[in-house]
Amino acid sequence: MEISVTINGTAHTHDVEPRTLLVHYIRDVVGLTGTNIGCDTSSCGACTIHVNGESVKSCTMFAVQADGEDLLTIEGLADGDTLHPMQESFRQCHALQCGYCTPGMVMAAVSFLDENPNPSEREVRLGLEGNLCRCTGYHNIVKAVLHCAAGGEQ
Amino acid sequence: MIPAAFDYVRAGSAEEAVATLATHGDEAKLLAGGHSLIPLMRFRLARPAVLVDIGRLDDLSYIRDGGDHVAIGTLTRHRDVETSDLVAARAGLLGEVTSHVGDPQVRHRGTLGGAVAHGDPASDIPSALIALGATLVAAGPQGSREISVDDFFSGFLETALADDEMLTEVRIPAADGARWGFEKFNRRAQDWAIVGVSAVVRAGGEVGVGLVNMDSTPVRAAAVESALAGGASGAEAAELAAEGCEPTEDLNASVEYRRHLARVLTRRALEAAGL
Repeated sequence: MEISVTINGTAHTHDVEPRTLLVHYIRDVVGLTGTNIGCDTSSCGACTIHVNGESVKSCTMFAVQADGEDLLTIEGLADGDTLHPMQESFRQCHALQCGYCTPGMVMAAVSFLDENPNPSEREVRLGLEGNLCRCTGYHNIVKAVLHCAAGGEQ
Repeated sequence: MIPAAFDYVRAGSAEEAVATLATHGDEAKLLAGGHSLIPLMRFRLARPAVLVDIGRLDDLSYIRDGGDHVAIGTLTRHRDVETSDLVAARAGLLGEVTSHVGDPQVRHRGTLGGAVAHGDPASDIPSALIALGATLVAAGPQGSREISVDDFFSGFLETALADDEMLTEVRIPAADGARWGFEKFNRRAQDWAIVGVSAVVRAGGEVGVGLVNMDSTPVRAAAVESALAGGASGAEAAELAAEGCEPTEDLNASVEYRRHLARVLTRRALEAAGL
């Protein structure tokens, strides 16, 4: 089935099998491999992207469901060489260890702050409950999100 | 984990979806948000030959004040239920319970109707619908019918919906001024409840209690409700929470532990609801 999606501002049209998962389409067909596959069971959040501005686990959506939608992946977040404020906060707060969960964590955090711009620490932890960090580096991740919410710059 | 191949049909209306279901019988499944069905398909525990995508039927995504009830379209996403002022004012328990479903990403895609029609005994939302005494509206080839939530869940992942019926609306009897409590016990963030309890005390004093994961279907804690109606205290009534339930054992909990959790969590939920 032919689908047309906008990913990071660029229009794409491809013929896909209906059973193609959105994350496989993004990685294998479009070639954007910043979105990771972690658990494959909608638990870990590594594959989190935005669909029409909201965080979604792209392993739990078929590509055909995204037909006509506006998608944003980690590759589309920065403005050229200028990191998105959330990416910059992750860098400044050292909010990553192995980095595998990071793209999904950043995408989830951006969507979360859109919905709750001034969260408490507890709200940040709840807001990121759909994303797992197997390095258990949550402390600095939470710090980075609060840092970003507070305006970023140190 | 790639699902088995299927034919994909995008329905343009509820009537079209029902007609497609009628053509394919139990070979076809409806796809709404997909957050219950797609994981099952990936494990190949579900292998529908035809998927009927109803996710674009925007006219079935709404939250309306129906006077004596709140009407919620089947395709309303969890996030919209969770953040609705109308739900908060007139069916607050459902808003709170919905905020505990899955995680934010799941709530952005998952739908109220999908969670209910899936019929999972471990799902949080049915317990709220039982406590609130919801009515479910289903469309089929012969038109619409209303189903009481007490008649809806018929077995593990089974409901009263026929193969050619789809849920179109959930109606919650208005619960203005009610107090409620929701207790969900699990060991990891975003996990399913090992046991959960929804309790609501309406402004007139009427009490509803629904249980999560205490049987092969979502169940009403009828013994608790009748004890309270007969004058028992919340703590006394909560001792009866597991009566009539047949919970299963799994790696998280033995049968006896689940019964214990039901009693403790029911007491806490009733306390939160002011009893």
